[in-house]
Amino acid sequence: MDIIFEGIYKAIVLLFSFDREVIGITWLSLKISGIATLISVFIGMSFGTSVALSEFYGKRFVVSLINTGMGLPPVVVGLFVTIFLWRNGPLGFLQILYTPMAMILAQAIIATPIVTGITLAAIQHLPKSLRLQIRALGATRLQMVWVLAKEARLPLLAAVMAGFGGVISEVGASIMVGGNIKGYTRVLTTATVMETGKGNFDIAIALGVILLLLAFLINATLTQIQQRERPR
Amino acid sequence: MERLRRFIGILGVVAALVLFMGVPSGMAADVQKNIILATTTSTQDTGLLDTLIPIFEKKTGYFVKTIAVGSGQAMTMGQKGEADVLLVHSPDAEKKFVDEGYGINRRLVMHNDFVIIGPADDPAKIKGEKSASGAFKTIAQSGSLFMSRGDNSGTHSKEKAVWKAAKLNPEGQKWYQQTGLGMGQTLSVSAEKKAYTLTDRGTYLALQKNLGLPILVEGDPVLLNIYHVIQVNPEKWPKVNAEGAKAFADFMVSKDTQKIIKTFGVDKYGSPLFFPDAKKKDKDLGL
Repeated sequence: MDIIFEGIYKAIVLLFSFDREVIGITWLSLKISGIATLISVFIGMSFGTSVALSEFYGKRFVVSLINTGMGLPPVVVGLFVTIFLWRNGPLGFLQILYTPMAMILAQAIIATPIVTGITLAAIQHLPKSLRLQIRALGATRLQMVWVLAKEARLPLLAAVMAGFGGVISEVGASIMVGGNIKGYTRVLTTATVMETGKGNFDIAIALGVILLLLAFLINATLTQIQQRERPR
Repeated sequence: MERLRRFIGILGVVAALVLFMGVPSGMAADVQKNIILATTTSTQDTGLLDTLIPIFEKKTGYFVKTIAVGSGQAMTMGQKGEADVLLVHSPDAEKKFVDEGYGINRRLVMHNDFVIIGPADDPAKIKGEKSASGAFKTIAQSGSLFMSRGDNSGTHSKEKAVWKAAKLNPEGQKWYQQTGLGMGQTLSVSAEKKAYTLTDRGTYLALQKNLGLPILVEGDPVLLNIYHVIQVNPEKWPKVNAEGAKAFADFMVSKDTQKIIKTFGVDKYGSPLFFPDAKKKDKDLGL
């Protein structure tokens, strides 16, 4: 038990002494997962909305695929991204294996199905009559999507939080494609794994606490936006 | 529509801001200046590389990407041309690696030794046993729990060699378990389960404080743990950074580096974790 309190104490010390390495790691985690989430929101929300609003043969199959993708194991994503990015692999010419770029790529692949799936469910959940009514009032398709998105604001922001939560806490893919390189691709989760391996449990716990704190701050901000009074 | 435009505007600003602060800052480092070093977990878990690499980078301007995996995986990366230089400790596999033309210029860097550790009450009564294979035999006979790395690392190869010398095949036995993890984590698992295990002394000394597993057998010449640096053969893989690999290998056997290795860990653990060996021949270490 003592070790947990030691870890929490250490976290406070590390945070308030502005330990440069820890600040750097935290900032990098935020940057990589933030960009990955933005990419996944961009792709996932447009894709999810298009699938939700269109009728086509095999739609159920596509939706099943997306829903399966929501549970995509990060290590499997990491493995495939690594093989593709190898110097002698199909995308080797990009030269981005073991860089933050590769981590963003892997994390975006993990988060995109999550955002897509939740967006899809959110938009589909809106009553069909609402769509008809908006169109009847003479709105363009883009305007309709905008109104629907506003209507589905709660679950859509939940999609952003789920995507971000999925990637900031992910370790398997990050360590494989990033390599846990000091000052370059070392993020909170991979550093925690390494410090555990070194037997520095107090630092590992401290990093874990910082990770939780970070996730809380981001989610609290998003929740603030989500729960605001709807403008009527 | 006013709100929609504003929303898209904000989104654009955010995206631009993120790209501005994020991507250019070292995300696409100069490729020629990158070296991929594939190495064993022990060099990272002891903190040795954290000490040496910044010195190397400052001296040469190269940027080292350290990928800490087991020696087996490190050599697989070399075989595929996915690493430039290797720092590994699995001599038999290394020789094969060089003989098959995947690596060049294999040089001796340092050594320490492996030790057999186990619970303080020593249920198999191996303490003081002189030969490693003898100790393994006794552990097998008593059926005491033994933790193996099981990951084709240098330590795992050594362990398999000792089992072979003891003329035993522990695979599949109930008392023989494989963690599939790095040395540090395998030590933690062994401590938790009160099991015997084989470990390199460096990682053991670095983690000792949390373990409660004393050294029971040491000093058998078989237990020598030798690290070599190998450059991946650029003739096999043209994309390998041959110059960078050579620079790093030269750095590892240079006089100054060897001096640092000699004293590394003395202040913290009371004894050195590694013994520098550059310029020695394999024969001098009894290989």
